[in-house]
Amino acid sequence: MRHRIKTWGPGLLLVAPSIVAIGVFVYGLIGSTINLSLTDRHSARPAENYVGTENYGNLFSDDRFLHSLRNLAVLTVVFIVGTIFFGLLWALLLEKGVKGEGFFRSIYLFPMAVSFVASGVVWRWLLNSAEGQNAGGLNALFGMLGLDFLQNPWWSHPTWGMAAMALPAIWQLSGYIMALFLAGFRGIPAELREAARMDGATEFQLYRHVIFPQLSPVALSALIIVGHMSMKMFDLIMAVSGAQFVTEVPSVYMWQTLLTSDYAKAAAIAIVLLVIVALLVIPYLVQNARAERGR
Amino acid sequence: MTTETVSRPQTTPGRRRAVSTPARVVTARTVRYGLLVLFVIVVFIPVYVLLVTSLKPASETGVTNAWSLPDAWTTESWKLAWESLSPSLWRTFTLAIPASIIAAVLGSLNGFVLSRWRFPYADLVFTLFLFGMFIPYQAVMIPLRQLTLDIGLPSGIPTLILAHVVYGIPICTLIFRGYYATTIPADLIEAGRVDGAGMIRTYASIILPLSAPGFVVTLIWQFTSVWNDFLFAIFLSNTRNGPVTIALNALAGGQLTDYAASMAGALITSFPTLVVYIILGRYFISGLMAGSLKS
Amino acid sequence: MRRTSWIAGLAVAGLALAACGGDDGDEEETGGTTGEASGEVEVFTWWAAGGEKAGLDGLVSVFEQECPDFEFVNGAVAGGAGSNAKQVLASRLQTNEPPDTFQAHAGAELTDYIDAGQIEDVSDLYDEFGLNEAFPEGLLESLTVDDAIYSVPANIHRANIVWANPAVLEGAGVSTDAPASVDAWLADLETVRASGIEAPLAIAAPWTQTMLMEAVLIAELGPDAYAELYDGGDWSSSDVTSALEKYGQLLGYANADRESLDWPDALNYVTGGQAAYTLMGDWVAANLDLEGMVAPDDYVYWPAPGTDGVYQWLADSFVLPVGAPNPEGTKCWLKVVGSADGQREFNVAKGSIPARTDADPADYPPYQQSAMEDWAQDTLAPSLAHGSAGPVGWGDAVNSAVGQFSSGGDVGQLQDALVAAAESQMG
Repeated sequence: MRHRIKTWGPGLLLVAPSIVAIGVFVYGLIGSTINLSLTDRHSARPAENYVGTENYGNLFSDDRFLHSLRNLAVLTVVFIVGTIFFGLLWALLLEKGVKGEGFFRSIYLFPMAVSFVASGVVWRWLLNSAEGQNAGGLNALFGMLGLDFLQNPWWSHPTWGMAAMALPAIWQLSGYIMALFLAGFRGIPAELREAARMDGATEFQLYRHVIFPQLSPVALSALIIVGHMSMKMFDLIMAVSGAQFVTEVPSVYMWQTLLTSDYAKAAAIAIVLLVIVALLVIPYLVQNARAERGR
Repeated sequence: MTTETVSRPQTTPGRRRAVSTPARVVTARTVRYGLLVLFVIVVFIPVYVLLVTSLKPASETGVTNAWSLPDAWTTESWKLAWESLSPSLWRTFTLAIPASIIAAVLGSLNGFVLSRWRFPYADLVFTLFLFGMFIPYQAVMIPLRQLTLDIGLPSGIPTLILAHVVYGIPICTLIFRGYYATTIPADLIEAGRVDGAGMIRTYASIILPLSAPGFVVTLIWQFTSVWNDFLFAIFLSNTRNGPVTIALNALAGGQLTDYAASMAGALITSFPTLVVYIILGRYFISGLMAGSLKS
Repeated sequence: MRRTSWIAGLAVAGLALAACGGDDGDEEETGGTTGEASGEVEVFTWWAAGGEKAGLDGLVSVFEQECPDFEFVNGAVAGGAGSNAKQVLASRLQTNEPPDTFQAHAGAELTDYIDAGQIEDVSDLYDEFGLNEAFPEGLLESLTVDDAIYSVPANIHRANIVWANPAVLEGAGVSTDAPASVDAWLADLETVRASGIEAPLAIAAPWTQTMLMEAVLIAELGPDAYAELYDGGDWSSSDVTSALEKYGQLLGYANADRESLDWPDALNYVTGGQAAYTLMGDWVAANLDLEGMVAPDDYVYWPAPGTDGVYQWLADSFVLPVGAPNPEGTKCWLKVVGSADGQREFNVAKGSIPARTDADPADYPPYQQSAMEDWAQDTLAPSLAHGSAGPVGWGDAVNSAVGQFSSGGDVGQLQDALVAAAESQMG
């Protein structure tokens, strides 16, 4: 036993500072947030009582919160579909090796380098909802190109506005997804493709039955990373529309709630967000751990 | 006797197959390049607006003429933006560089232990680390601020370095763990053990030399997210001791915005990260391909 | 070898922890424990740029003369229309490192701070600086909470003003004088629309719509009943219903892209001739001045139709936080804020009027002169959108309800939401 501790002991020590840091800065803070969400602290004064899950119950009967959840769902779906579509498309276009691949890759990747505060400045203009004569941004561009029918109110549309809000995020992150898929494609041994071709498979069949199945781990991690970014999306929405009803998502609602000093409610919203992300991520982590044990 | 050879287009691994006629190949290639170029244009649209607006005098800027070239080209706004941003630019380097390096090193050590050296429940620890990536930070800002005060760190860059290192540990660990799991065979470690190498020796002489691609991906990712962070910056620092995102927000966030200066500022702020991506982008991709983010 | 691993592991652990805890450098902390020693006064606002900053600079110049022992430190945080600043401020107040003073809207918005015991009663400063005589009765009443006053207002802005383009009005055959009531205004709007202006009323994001709604409520209910609404009055009454219906009709004449605009954009629609009217507070006057516009040739303005004689006020004010690092410095700052010189320098630059009644109108541009006249005689009404009527939570709930109404809600839903907002605040 002592021998075994001697083997893994140093490893544990090496990781210990990180464990402590995460323990305090992540789990400690999550714990204090959960604690806060169970109190009645609706002002800047200290909390008086524990009220159990009352705050959570109130949230789920709050129309405004439900509306923000719906917005989040639209945003997440469009964001995920958009980034995976473009990422996959660009990876497909590039994976066979084209001249200037490095150039194209860099261009598609570079929006990742820009902060949302910076890109918010310009996307605010691009997504301006004026149409026709007063049009600005993309609507004006459509007008100039004779594509007037494409003009629309973007994110101020009551039902589907959030889909437009996903655009800047898709612009910024599709390149990253492309990089993931490219890495995935390149990781598939050439022999596998040759073998399939030898068996008479068409390009389409090759992709469908050989290549894409190999990509599913990559696709899954892409899904998880993009999905969780969508849940936390905040800077972008604040920069483009500011905090307002039509684009409100839970993270913005939480910010507004904090402004009104309703700390317990804000904490409850945060925990709900955390749970949603967890639901998205835990299956991935579990499957991950299982796959590795099998290795 | 003359032998006529039917000319067949060359097949090299990865190129389109010979069965397609040359005309189809050419069309396919044109379509491909056409698409690639189209997307380059699409991706550049926001950059175009940023550039063009930043070179206009303040009176000309407006959302409705966002697309038109300046009537009077001027670099006035660039000078203004530079004046507002340059003090914090240098400070941001002193934030992003240490934060990235420390987080990357910790990530490498953690990744090594969690994937190859191991200890009991290492996978659980890893999963708990990962989960830490997913908290919505707005919720924990107040207790976080209290925590950093209790530790006694001065506000501004030192506190931000701590925050970014701690919250960067999960993603850096994820990247390195995946990387080591894919590229370092377990036998290599075993062989080292048999030779009597302890953990540190193993890390220094076997792992570290092979870690370059992992470091590239981690450093790029960390540098970008630290450079572009806004939320931690406003809570843990102020305009006098904080990074450039605060200064950009001051420039762009008011009610009577100087659009030209804001857009010039957005470009200036994005410049260092852009450079990082352009120069190191290739290594980013190859780092990813070496399995850094594979599951 | 193994022992070395252990030692090395410990060393790394130790180093990492030390790196975390060791940097007790001599950098200033925000809110400065060094404040006392060097006489710094950290003034926390969201006036980071532009015209807002010009007013702050005016105050600072007087401060430098009147309070030479102290040094002004600019703690501004921009963005989110003050919401970023408010969040940072809240976190600092919670962790007990308040700035020396901070900007807050005078009136009910201070309730949160007062309840939490975060700001000091400054009534004795009012006595010391003679402010009880310099400020009008109505204002002092609005500022008093349980016999105490918690802030010193630097200015007074008026929220219920309509700004219009005379050329557009004349082109439509409509008088450039104020319509006598909301109904008359609706009729004029119809006339302007008939003359080819599709969206004659320019309005912006939800908080500006809240301002419009409040103006209609004042016009339809009268200032007293309106003020009652924020003090236990009945939001579900039929008077409110009919007022909200008229508000809905007004919104029907407004621009469809309003959600993505801010008030300067709406103002630009008016000055550019694409709309005839916009409703916004009188900070607009400074904007128009800057653009070289002159009333009544380039623009006309009047109190919102039906609210003539009512001054819907809001005030930027400064407070003394509990536990401020340098209270003497703060008191000197507050003295400057309440002084005739300070108020003049601040207001001339910012486009508002002084709270003091002894200011000389000759120092001010024309709009301010007429505003000062009105201030001296009109009935006061508070503004929820700008913090004088209720705390932030109320304003936020109402903005959300108004935003929902704007993107396709109905009057019944709006009224229910307003009732709920009032209940959650008063209850």
